[in-house]
Amino acid sequence: MESLFFLVVAAVAIISSILVVTCKNPINSALSLVMTFFCLATFYVMLDAPFMAATQVIVYAGAIMVLIIFVIMLLNVRVETVKRGTHAVIAGSAIGLFVLFQTVWFLMKGSMTGQVGTMTKEQIVSVGHVELIGKALFTDFLLPFEVTSVLLLAAIVGAVVLAKKKI
Amino acid sequence: MLAIENYLIVSAILFSIGTIGVLTKRNAIVIFMCVEMMLNAVNLTFIAFSRHLGNIDGQVFVFFVMTVAAAEAAVGLALMIAFFKNRESIDVEDINLLKL
Repeated sequence: MESLFFLVVAAVAIISSILVVTCKNPINSALSLVMTFFCLATFYVMLDAPFMAATQVIVYAGAIMVLIIFVIMLLNVRVETVKRGTHAVIAGSAIGLFVLFQTVWFLMKGSMTGQVGTMTKEQIVSVGHVELIGKALFTDFLLPFEVTSVLLLAAIVGAVVLAKKKI
Repeated sequence: MLAIENYLIVSAILFSIGTIGVLTKRNAIVIFMCVEMMLNAVNLTFIAFSRHLGNIDGQVFVFFVMTVAAAEAAVGLALMIAFFKNRESIDVEDINLLKL
């Protein structure tokens, strides 16, 4: 039952991600991308990461995609014209397929080893997923967390400068 | 629980489709969306390995990737609007101001 559900969600994710690349109209691409993000959130729930699923829906499918659709509407982008240079399309597809072949080949060749940590499913259920993430974030990853705030400040300043000045 | 290889193969397929989109599309916003898709494919890998190894660190890295993606969205879309104001286009073939 779980594998059947996985196959359905994976099929929807892959079909909608193909639609992102093939659609002529950027709005259709953006809506297909929202569908892909929801499928990925479903995968996160299946992998016992409910907080990351909620963050995925709120941050990606909510905030970032609203920003992208807002810009598409604001710029009134035309439907893409007939492609010039089909050689570039063929070469790009070849490189993409090569990347796929390479990743799947290494995946099949190797075996999954590694040091097993302490986060078991029982611990997620008893302690809570948000508590575990928060504990890791504010003890082991405190410095990266603070650097993240500096990064966001720099992004805000950059966006304001770009929107204000005549470039 | 399903084997981790299933999730990794889905992630590899999504990453490759994102690569094809970045290399072949000409609309800058669609290229941007394909980059977001590649970031999400890597996030799925992080969470699958985090579950497989029983280690929370992968999920913390997903948190950081999301932060960087949000910052990138803010700056990248501001750049596109600034470029569109000057050139009336967001076709990547028109972005050639630094060309010699």
